[in-house]
Amino acid sequence: MSILLSNISKNFGTFAALDQINLEIPEGELVALLGPSGCGKTTLLRIIAGLESADRGRVLISGQDRTDHDVSQRGIGFVFQHYALFRHMTVFENVAFGLRVKSRRERPSEAIIRKKVHDLLSLVQLDWLHDRYPDQLSGGQRQRIALARALAVEPAVLLLDEPFGALDASVRKDLRQWLRNLHHDLNVTSIFVTHDQEEAMEVASQVVVLNHGRIEQQGSPSDIYDHPANAFVSRFIGQTNIFDLDEQDSDWLQTAGLSNTHQKGKIVHVRPHDIVIEKSSANSDAFVTLKDWQHLGALIRVELVKTGANGPAASVYAEMPNDQFKRLHLNKGDKVDLRIRHAHWFH
Amino acid sequence: MSTVTQPINPAKLVARQQLALQDADWLRWSLIAIAVSFISLFICLPLGLVIVKALSKGVEAYWEALSQPDTLAAIKLTLLTAAVTVPLNTVFGVAAAWAITRFEFKGKSLLTTLIDLPFSVSPVISGLIFVLLFGAEGWFGDWLIAHDVKIIFAASGIILATVFITFPFVARQLIPLMQEMGSQEEEAALSLGASGWKTFCAVTLPNIKWALLYGVLLCNARAMGEFGAVSVVSGHIRGLTNTLPLHVEVNYNEYNIVGAFAGASILAGLAVVTLVLKTALEWQQAKR
Repeated sequence: MSILLSNISKNFGTFAALDQINLEIPEGELVALLGPSGCGKTTLLRIIAGLESADRGRVLISGQDRTDHDVSQRGIGFVFQHYALFRHMTVFENVAFGLRVKSRRERPSEAIIRKKVHDLLSLVQLDWLHDRYPDQLSGGQRQRIALARALAVEPAVLLLDEPFGALDASVRKDLRQWLRNLHHDLNVTSIFVTHDQEEAMEVASQVVVLNHGRIEQQGSPSDIYDHPANAFVSRFIGQTNIFDLDEQDSDWLQTAGLSNTHQKGKIVHVRPHDIVIEKSSANSDAFVTLKDWQHLGALIRVELVKTGANGPAASVYAEMPNDQFKRLHLNKGDKVDLRIRHAHWFH
Repeated sequence: MSTVTQPINPAKLVARQQLALQDADWLRWSLIAIAVSFISLFICLPLGLVIVKALSKGVEAYWEALSQPDTLAAIKLTLLTAAVTVPLNTVFGVAAAWAITRFEFKGKSLLTTLIDLPFSVSPVISGLIFVLLFGAEGWFGDWLIAHDVKIIFAASGIILATVFITFPFVARQLIPLMQEMGSQEEEAALSLGASGWKTFCAVTLPNIKWALLYGVLLCNARAMGEFGAVSVVSGHIRGLTNTLPLHVEVNYNEYNIVGAFAGASILAGLAVVTLVLKTALEWQQAKR
């Protein structure tokens, strides 16, 4: 189901956690709310869920105003960062809970509950754990049970608060892929909160970048990476070299292939893979030296030092495929020529 | 006055001991000897003496002292007081703990402090407060007399004073536990469509039940044993407003040694039962 948030504001004392948030999430998307800690992303998720109430604004789920609905009446499924499984119930009873608490009229028969719970446990590939207690499970297993529990009530919208935040790095990688596939199969509109840009880019079909209680940008992962709306988004998503420009910089920029005519602001962001380097002739007046490099699997990250005519030396990072770097035959301390293929300008 | 602490789990204490921290044998043994002799001297000996004194004139005299109408009335009043006080303070305690750990509101820290008030004032003062409020010369005295309601020198006054004194026990047990647990399980239950009451019964209560029982037990022990506050409001009317502790004192003052110690043995018996139950609860908790 689609979600529409209009003009959501929330203050904690004098601190504005959310400031006039307008957001539309079409049906079936898997959306990441991405931002640094304290940006209001979890508060926004809890407001959509009804666990928190907004000071102003409306929450519409599939076109219906649910602002004044209780959390139990919203038709949402919520997955908590620390799982929040009922510790005194077995895995089976945890998943069955949402069905058992339905009013007598809506409650399915015991046989149907049984079948549905086992189906869900099979879906999360943990049916063999049905009679265990939560404290006998690993973190990844608990999170999958929490997801099965949330899905049991057939929610219109699935909300996940930092779902992989408390897990080991390797488990996290697996679960991300798994969640993406699961969403592909179920196609239930889902929103998850994360502070990890890599996770957002990898899992989500839409990314909403939040900062200081405002939406900085909304779009597909590639959209946000290739066309960041502002300096914050560019800095937050992926790695980038940041140059604060003054008048002396026009020279080296021109040498690097960015002419002044393109200059649209005072700050230039350059992705490491948009920088090309070449060994320069021994007696050239190149101003960039190679300091060091690191292997990042298929890529090499090269650390360069730019020494300006005046001003302090600055580090610049470039990335390129392994074999390309080998072909350059570079050693530490070599002077290199630097070319910038693409840059983002900000004021 | 007493303070409430978290239940001690002996197994955990031992497990934490490390070789490097172990003391010399002579130190260990002398510390153990000091502890054991202290407990024997100040706890076991007096407790044993209660039984010895109660039976000093034979079992028959003991039974006779216990079957006196005044003694039976005192036991009855004590049980009645506990029967009214404990359920009331269980409900109050859960409600207070819920309010403090689940909601943000103005005056929350004041409320938390006020819950401890009965622990921090002398029980005699607690009794006096009720005399000042409901006594013949008190604020509501005239009104109560006009409407023929007796609170001071009556069972209702004893119950009121006991409720006041034992108020903190349940709340103090629950607050740290509920704070530590957080409210995510309850939020999860609500998000799954459970009502507030259902959430409390199916999620909150099972999680706090051991601490709750422990608090109830302590509350009960104090309700039966309270002396100071009850003494002020009771008036010591034999067969009417004497609780068991008061009954013991009256008998003792009249040099009725067997009567006094027979009553005391009942109270001591209640204490032992409480301790056994408490240990059983702690054992249960540790097992989980």
